[in-house]
Amino acid sequence: MEKGLLASLNLRREKKMPVAVVTMLKDPGQWLIDSDEDGSAPDHIVGNARVALAEDKSQLVNDEGGSYFIHVYNPPLRIVVVGAVHIAQALAPIAAAVGYEVAIVDPRGAFATEDRFPGLEISNEWPDEALRKLGLDDRCAVVTLTHDPKLDDAALEVALASEVFYVGSLGSKKTHGARLKRLERLGIDKEAMARIHGPIGLPIGARSPAEIALAIMSQITQVRHSQERP
Amino acid sequence: MKDNLEDVLGVAAKWRAEGRGVALATVVRTWGSSPRPIGSQLVVDDTGSMLGSVSGGCIEGAVVLEAREAITDGNSRLLDYGVTNEQAWEVGLACGGKIQIYVEKVD
Repeated sequence: MEKGLLASLNLRREKKMPVAVVTMLKDPGQWLIDSDEDGSAPDHIVGNARVALAEDKSQLVNDEGGSYFIHVYNPPLRIVVVGAVHIAQALAPIAAAVGYEVAIVDPRGAFATEDRFPGLEISNEWPDEALRKLGLDDRCAVVTLTHDPKLDDAALEVALASEVFYVGSLGSKKTHGARLKRLERLGIDKEAMARIHGPIGLPIGARSPAEIALAIMSQITQVRHSQERP
Repeated sequence: MKDNLEDVLGVAAKWRAEGRGVALATVVRTWGSSPRPIGSQLVVDDTGSMLGSVSGGCIEGAVVLEAREAITDGNSRLLDYGVTNEQAWEVGLACGGKIQIYVEKVD
């Protein structure tokens, strides 16, 4: 790989732009391909690379053009955490280690501070507004931890109207039952509400904030991989 | 992902900018159970320093040697590892899978 190509690749990764690198495995030839550029690669390779990008699937291809590897680099998955509480402080480093980017949302200024969440994207706006601005997509998970219906419900309304791959809400079965009734009154249908994982996290008997964070991260991982294309 | 523990490509660029010889190893194909998925990468420098992984530690030693040769001769390599490999007892995969790894110099 030429260092110029590596630099272009890293620049796109830094800007969170999806990009693929195609490498001929038995002959010379390596191209950087995204939705705008193709590095003058052969047409059929460009076509296959863009399909691989859309499917988020790196793969080895053998065809009339030879044997080549399409390496897909998509931006990192994200977790939006609503509620800058103790569990969120434990969840942030675990999520980062698994490779997720974390954004923290909490309008209560005393909670969502740079001191408590060093280096993370923090929003102090009301959750519905904050989530709209963050631009939720199918590479996002939303976790609500505030225990405050005003905040959690506002976030859930936006999350359930989006394509996020995971929604989870902290609270006991009883709390979750009450939450579903409130959401029903807001006009959210049952199918949408069924997307909420509540009580949140895999049942591993978690008690401490760190253990609960571990249970949440495990569940997000499980859901992500169960939704992958074969 | 610049703060990620495994920013292999960022480190590759950094090491290259420092004047080190650098090679990248990438998992391009897997059969059966394999420890790391397709696209997993390992960066190696000319002293044998490495970051990332292409297996669970089973074959990294062998891949580092190939990577250092690639840094020296400039040639890319396509390597096969698995229990059917004649080197199985030395650098095979305990899990019984097979993987193909592409090693290239960063010029």
